[in-house]
Amino acid sequence: MSADKTIIGVTIAVVLLACANFFIADWIRQIGLLSMAIGSVALGLLVLWRTGLISFGHALFYGFSAYGVALLNYLGVRDAFVLVIVSAAASGLLAWGLGFLVRRYRAIFFALLTMAFSMILYGVLAKTERFGSTDGLNVHPPTFLGYAPVDQAAQITLFLFGLLVIYGLILGVQIYLRSVLGQMTTAVRENEIRVEYLGYSVEHVIHIKYVISGLLAGFGGAIMALAVGQVDPESMAYWTASGEFVFVAILAGTGNVAAPFIGAVAFEVIRHFAWEHGANLWQLIMGGTLLAIIMFVPDGIWSVLQRLVGKKDGVK
Amino acid sequence: MTTILEVNGLEKRFGGVVAAQNIGVTVSAGETIGIIGANGAGKTTFVNMVTGHLPPSAGTVKFLGTNIVGLPPRRITELGLCRSFQVPQVFLSESVFDNVLMAYGIAEESGFSMLRPLRNKERDARVRKHLASYQIAEHEETAASALSQGIRKLLDIAMATVRKPQLLMLDEPTSGISVEEKFDLMDIIMAALREEQTTVMFIEHDMEIVQRHVARVLAFSQGEIICDAPTAKAMVDPKVVEFVLGQEYHVGIRSDA
Amino acid sequence: MVQLLLGWFDLQLIFTILTDGLIYGSYLFIVAVGMTVIFGVQRVLNVTHGSFYAFGAYLAAYLGGIWYEHELPDFGGFVIIFLAAIVVGVFFGILIERGLLKHLYGKDEHIVVLATFAAFLALEGIGLFIWGTDPYFFYQPQMMLGFVEILGMTYDYYNLSLIVLALIISLSIWYFLSRTIWGRLLQAVIFDREVSQAMGVNVTAVFLGTFILGTTLGALSGAAIAPTISVLPGIGVEVVVLAFAVVVIGGMGSIPGALIGSVLVGVVRAAAIHEFPQAEMFVIYAIMAIVLVFRPEGLFAPPAVRKI
Repeated sequence: MSADKTIIGVTIAVVLLACANFFIADWIRQIGLLSMAIGSVALGLLVLWRTGLISFGHALFYGFSAYGVALLNYLGVRDAFVLVIVSAAASGLLAWGLGFLVRRYRAIFFALLTMAFSMILYGVLAKTERFGSTDGLNVHPPTFLGYAPVDQAAQITLFLFGLLVIYGLILGVQIYLRSVLGQMTTAVRENEIRVEYLGYSVEHVIHIKYVISGLLAGFGGAIMALAVGQVDPESMAYWTASGEFVFVAILAGTGNVAAPFIGAVAFEVIRHFAWEHGANLWQLIMGGTLLAIIMFVPDGIWSVLQRLVGKKDGVK
Repeated sequence: MTTILEVNGLEKRFGGVVAAQNIGVTVSAGETIGIIGANGAGKTTFVNMVTGHLPPSAGTVKFLGTNIVGLPPRRITELGLCRSFQVPQVFLSESVFDNVLMAYGIAEESGFSMLRPLRNKERDARVRKHLASYQIAEHEETAASALSQGIRKLLDIAMATVRKPQLLMLDEPTSGISVEEKFDLMDIIMAALREEQTTVMFIEHDMEIVQRHVARVLAFSQGEIICDAPTAKAMVDPKVVEFVLGQEYHVGIRSDA
Repeated sequence: MVQLLLGWFDLQLIFTILTDGLIYGSYLFIVAVGMTVIFGVQRVLNVTHGSFYAFGAYLAAYLGGIWYEHELPDFGGFVIIFLAAIVVGVFFGILIERGLLKHLYGKDEHIVVLATFAAFLALEGIGLFIWGTDPYFFYQPQMMLGFVEILGMTYDYYNLSLIVLALIISLSIWYFLSRTIWGRLLQAVIFDREVSQAMGVNVTAVFLGTFILGTTLGALSGAAIAPTISVLPGIGVEVVVLAFAVVVIGGMGSIPGALIGSVLVGVVRAAAIHEFPQAEMFVIYAIMAIVLVFRPEGLFAPPAVRKI
């Protein structure tokens, strides 16, 4: 069964990365950490997108959770496990609350409402002195169940921690996507009336997806906060951040739970090298790539990989 | 025989227009009822109100003793009152198998058990058996969008029956089907339903089909039930002849020509 | 609390808030009207609108810089504003409509928005290549008009003239739509594209024409704002979301809606700035979210368009 294939593949990749972690250059490890963060958010978008919904406001949960990490720091919490789990859970809770409103909307209205919510958060963060206004806040290096590494050891440990979290998320999402609930994707996208007359609430389906999605974005934001050691509204809650997540999700394609992470790595690598040649090149490349993907490879990188490997069995 | 459906004083107004009024009917377990009437007589409005698609303006609908007016379609479905549609409501890009599989998944799981995998060997077997009883097993790999209208209608009805409903309402199961096909189609449906002993009400324009499959007829005209009687009696009822059959025969002559 | 209440009855404050709100509302209207026109006709939520705004501002500031460097007559700055708008509008209107949107009509609306988002990013990059990262200044038209004191507050005539510009634009569009044959045709296309096509309306031409109109309005907003701001990279980014907010609040595709939505947002924001500055940005998107939640079709959605 291909369920096992995905899980086996991801497990092997995680083990290999965990080993490689001890030998790679710092900047590569940093790209890896950033990709884990962005990939989690894109995975959250994948969950929604399979149902035909696109959120233009996922920076809301990403930023909310990242600021959660920074604020917990102020309360003296330093442990990575507590920081990430509590912040992501807070994002999930926020998604649950907003979900009661959002689940009634489809298509462009869904996208715009989610965007409005994220801009509200941005407005609050950028204008509140306690949150550091536009400068944001610093995040202290975390401890791991009492272990407090410094310098390179800190980054190596964080990378392992990130891998552990991502592995858990991928497994969880994979199990969800194979379940009756998670399989209600095409069904909801194509015929809500039939779903209702089969005996299930479409709004309930969407609400759950929104919470899972917000939770995943929350994990992404928390990992990002720890990886870069600071949070700021511009890069974490502004609509352009949401746009980047959508970009990664589209670049990756929705074919597989691992795709968002591959997309995120591609995104971060291109960004890393493009920035060396200035911001203008980066935006040009990003815009051009996105256009090319939309026009020529609408199913994203994953579909290309699939064709290269020559796999015929689509991942269901 | 136990009563399963009790409709009283059901009424639907759209602004000043009366689409249905003063509708009362009682259905017992095991019955097969045909709903006839000209276009616009209120047949689909009646089905829509009973199945929760349209909120009635007045009246009560008791299903297995519970008043189901105001309940969302999914609750009514859960209670065991299911329906099919005049235009089949299926998941067009999915295969026939996946369509029915999803129907089974939703019917068989609830709450946290919805997190169980959709596919397992036992469920697959049940899906195949169900497809076989509607004689669409050979199409199981075909996407619903690529099916002929007749097969798509069967799929729609197959999806509506996975819950083994206490009462099934079919909205024009043979509309849009060629004359040659529709008798076979109806035989397949009725055979499958008889096997499950499902109580069924269906809207039908073709009197031959009505006479062949149905013991009792509800005739609609201008939003009201003008006749509720055993089939043989209804066919000679003067009001039915004037308001329903007269027009039906015109339609029949045209399509036969 | 008492002070706050008294503050609200302060006539001067109310006047100031209303004037500031009208000025900002006019600005928002000029920015958003092009976007709503394009949405109304083509059903495209156009993110590149931010680029037209930015290019309009940059071209005006660039040409203005050259103009004033040669100490040419002051009023030329106003000519430059309109010239820049038309040049940018026609060029990018044709480029984006023929080069991009033409291939996307009829596709999933998400895909269309994302494609315009992609084009927006690319244009941001191109803008940086052309204009660099240093700010451009184009303050002369503002200086030339001078200042006026009303009830103890100083206003510059240039900002007040934005109100006039917003009025002129809305009246012209109203006149065009309701009093000219072209306007009637456009409304026919908005109402039912297929039928209009069947009746012999050249929908392709109508789409291109509308898009150029919308683009030019976007560029005009940028060019007209340029004298009051420093023209910097990223100015288009902010404008996209602001225009989204106004378009959604007013009702997507509704021009009177855009007008009322702009003034509403402008006044509420002005009140926030005076009474509760932290809420400046918050209120705009809070109104947007509230409108979406309670009236998702917007305050003034054109009913005919939504019927399908």
